[in-house]
Amino acid sequence: MNDQGRILKFQVFRYNPQKKGDKPRMVTYEVTEAPGMTVFIALNDIREHQDPSFQFDFVCRAGICGSCAMIINGQPTLACRTLTSTYENGEIKLLPLPGFELIGDLSVNTGKFMRAMSERVESWIHDADADEVDFHRLEERMDPDVADQIYELERCVECGCCVSACATKRMRPDFLSAVGFVRLARYALDPRDKRSDEEFYEIIGDDDGVFGCMTLLGCEDYCPKDLPHQTQIAYLRRKMALVR
Amino acid sequence: MKVIYTDSLVIGGGLAGLRVAIASMQRGVDTIVLSLIPAKRSHSAAAQGGMQASLGACVKGDGDDEDVHFADTVKGSDWGCDQHVARAFVNTAPKAIRQLAAWGVPWSRVRQGDHEVVINGKKVTLTEKADSHGLIMARDFGGTKKWRTCFTSDGAGHTMLYAMDNKAIQMGIPVHERKEALALIHEDGVCYGAIVRDLITGELIAYVAKATTIATGGYGRLYAITTNSVVSEGIGNAIALETGIATLGNMEAVQFHPTAIVPVGILTTEGCRGDGGLLLDKDEYRFMPDYEPEKKELASRDVVSRRMTEHMRKGKGVPSRYGDHLWLDIRLLGRKHIEKNLREVKEICEYFLGIDPVEALIPVRPTQHYSMGGIRTNATGESPTLQGLFAAGEAACWDMHGFNRLGGNSVAETVVAGMIVGEYVADYCGANAVNISTTTIQHFMKREEKKITALLFRDFGENPFQLKAEMQKIMMDDVGIFRNAADLEKAVEELKVLNQRAKRIALRNRISSSNPELVEAIRVPKMIKLAQCVAYGALLRTESRGAHSREDYPERNDRDWLKRTLTTWTDASADLPELTYEDLDVMKMELPPGSRGYGVDNTFHHPDTAKREQEIEALKRDNPGADRFELQEMLNPITIPDKFKGKNERIGRGFK
Ligand SMILES: Cc1cc2nc3c(=O)[nH]c(=O)nc-3n(C[C@H](O)[C@H](O)[C@H](O)COP(=O)(O)OP(=O)(O)OC[C@H]3O[C@@H](n4cnc5c(N)ncnc54)[C@H](O)[C@@H]3O)c2cc1C
Ligand code: SF4
Ligand code: SF4
Ligand code: FES
Repeated sequence: MNDQGRILKFQVFRYNPQKKGDKPRMVTYEVTEAPGMTVFIALNDIREHQDPSFQFDFVCRAGICGSCAMIINGQPTLACRTLTSTYENGEIKLLPLPGFELIGDLSVNTGKFMRAMSERVESWIHDADADEVDFHRLEERMDPDVADQIYELERCVECGCCVSACATKRMRPDFLSAVGFVRLARYALDPRDKRSDEEFYEIIGDDDGVFGCMTLLGCEDYCPKDLPHQTQIAYLRRKMALVR
Repeated sequence: MKVIYTDSLVIGGGLAGLRVAIASMQRGVDTIVLSLIPAKRSHSAAAQGGMQASLGACVKGDGDDEDVHFADTVKGSDWGCDQHVARAFVNTAPKAIRQLAAWGVPWSRVRQGDHEVVINGKKVTLTEKADSHGLIMARDFGGTKKWRTCFTSDGAGHTMLYAMDNKAIQMGIPVHERKEALALIHEDGVCYGAIVRDLITGELIAYVAKATTIATGGYGRLYAITTNSVVSEGIGNAIALETGIATLGNMEAVQFHPTAIVPVGILTTEGCRGDGGLLLDKDEYRFMPDYEPEKKELASRDVVSRRMTEHMRKGKGVPSRYGDHLWLDIRLLGRKHIEKNLREVKEICEYFLGIDPVEALIPVRPTQHYSMGGIRTNATGESPTLQGLFAAGEAACWDMHGFNRLGGNSVAETVVAGMIVGEYVADYCGANAVNISTTTIQHFMKREEKKITALLFRDFGENPFQLKAEMQKIMMDDVGIFRNAADLEKAVEELKVLNQRAKRIALRNRISSSNPELVEAIRVPKMIKLAQCVAYGALLRTESRGAHSREDYPERNDRDWLKRTLTTWTDASADLPELTYEDLDVMKMELPPGSRGYGVDNTFHHPDTAKREQEIEALKRDNPGADRFELQEMLNPITIPDKFKGKNERIGRGFK
């Protein structure tokens, strides 16, 4: 890459539902590329120098917090860790993540969706004694491998890419989605959670749950944390089929 | 006027804020949490390395206990911390981590038998005891005598924050997301909540409460290059400062982390060096042992950052278009270890640098990382000057970190402070009522409305993005790792000018609802004031202590500077804050000031130090039968809620 930098063309979805009379539209911005430029850097550049009303969400800007998922050239992904140099022709089209309430421009309300998901799968350790635990004493032991396996499923950052990539979710608005499945699988695996298979069945044993999934695996393809959706969905299905 | 009443208002949904909210709720106190963003996205999630707690389960943690953790923390702080608070902290940290284990954090566990590690550049085999199998594991971190930093692979902060937020969801604690606190409501020296802006609709809401806790994290974004998130802008500190009553403590104490990647400033965790990674210069030469023969790469953060800067100043940096940097080498740890315990680091290198750290060197440079300063509180977490205002976590100067905090002690602080301060918040809510007139609430509401209206109607003026960039550059260039009077004077003067200019911000996008430019316009004047507190505090502190390093005053000066800086801004039209100082009482210290063991010790000693040492010796002599708990009680009795007073059990040692 030379020092001059090429001109990038960003085609961006703009719409502010808070503003009376505003209409959804695509707007093009040109930005001079710099070495190591990410979509995060480019969007801030546009906001600071071209249009200060431009809305989008970044927090960690390091691919850790899950705030910045959007559709970049047709694919859901984390914008903060996407280098502009990935796109050879320098044309980058940005759309807000579908499947979530639009706040404005590229900003969507994933927070609200994820809190509802957590409430629905009861995303916490179910153990009446957890609050009574005597923290002066040694902690309960855990098999080191089990701890590692739980962590593998807990790496989800609630970015919503899997939700936006899911065809079933588009047809069934109440479909729990892959993020809910991995969350549930994480608790099903955890020996500290005392829920029975029947109790898990109550949550996901229907067509809005794991039996609605068509295993097209958009979720696995687009999960930025590479969570093993396929194996987890299969695992939950087997487990739930036994209860049914 | 929209008013929402609650008992315990918590501003901030990171680890500290959530833990305070949980404590309030557990005690039956009505609680609301406010956050700029969904709680799980708070910057606490970014902590990769881990949490310090002296469990002593792994073989390299053998012999660890509260006392060792205490000594490390006090030395790390360069004796700038409050030793009562540090004591309360180390005694509670094991309980905090065990409670989190019960709440769902999948801490990495000890595996019995042999495992290979890298220590001082060499492969070593360690053998874990069968007794410890399945207990919580720990890793090595800078400035610690034992392996004490407990972790979940490379996602400690993430798993802690998820467990904490899930607990809050289980308890039905409302988190009002996309809300920004703009000002505190107070009357007659008592705080009653905050004026809050809805970041989507732009509506202003008065949240009126008995107790208000600020847990808004650090102020790293005062600097152009920082490891902190884009929302770590110190607004919680600023709104406390703007009351003119609450004080900020040690704002000049700013930590630089040795290893953030160049140029973007994203952190690679201290776990890299803890697990055996090395620092190399342009000749791929390992230089740290030359400077710090004992601790090498694992000296305290402030020390490593300064040594790296010194080495680069000698021309040993690797030149790049973004300025000089050094190399972090983790190749020797091997693929398996990196892909399991340092995977986040690997992802960061792949995505942001396009390199694989299993095979390539990582370009790193010391970068702004942590704010030791914050809202000054007493040991209960309450502001000593503004009643009903509490603070916890990185936003607070509870003061267990003094002038340099140890890696792993910060997420530990958030949770421990959350537990302790949360109890005092609940006590306070039980004992107090909301005695505030509607006129006062209206007054604060109108004041904020007026400011926003003025911004929306001004036709010409300053650009807030531009002002922020100028401030960040001043802080980088003149208030950085090494400081001196000339640079600091220049910074103080330039920031004064920015402060004036920030009074004339005008917007291009003049709408009151969701509007990033308006958000910036509201925050930037506040940030500039904080920057002034940092720069002015640094100018007046004519010594070097911990992360505050003056080239023109290289000695730690206990004689004149064993004090905490307190900053207030009483006159809103003044162009500088007011600074006063609070002495640290050597005669009450459990560990009187000594040498940290880095470089030459050129401390100017405090006249009381020798006296206190003798007093401690005498006390030990007179109480030959006293165990370590009794001695601590005599030397450093602490304020702590009863439920946290018990002793901690350790494997192979019981409650001793
Ligand atoms: C990259 C990185 C790695 C780290 N690694 C470690 C580590 O390994 N070990 C360790 O001990 N420490 C580590 N730290 C430090 C540690 O993570 C932080 O100090 C700690 O998590 C801060 O937690 P907190 O709860 O105080 O604040 P945060 O987690 O920053 O939360 C702040 C909250 O306040 C809210 N907020 C802010 N302003 C407002 C406002 N005006 N109105 C309403 N809400 C507001 C935000 O929305 C957010 O919810 C690391 C820090 C960084 C930057
Ligand atoms: S497998 Fe397909 S249908 Fe099932 S959750 Fe994933 S994307 Fe949706
Ligand atoms: S499962 Fe993957 S894609 Fe889905 S929310 Fe979690 S991290 Fe994102
Ligand atoms: S901003 Fe945190 S993942 Fe992109």
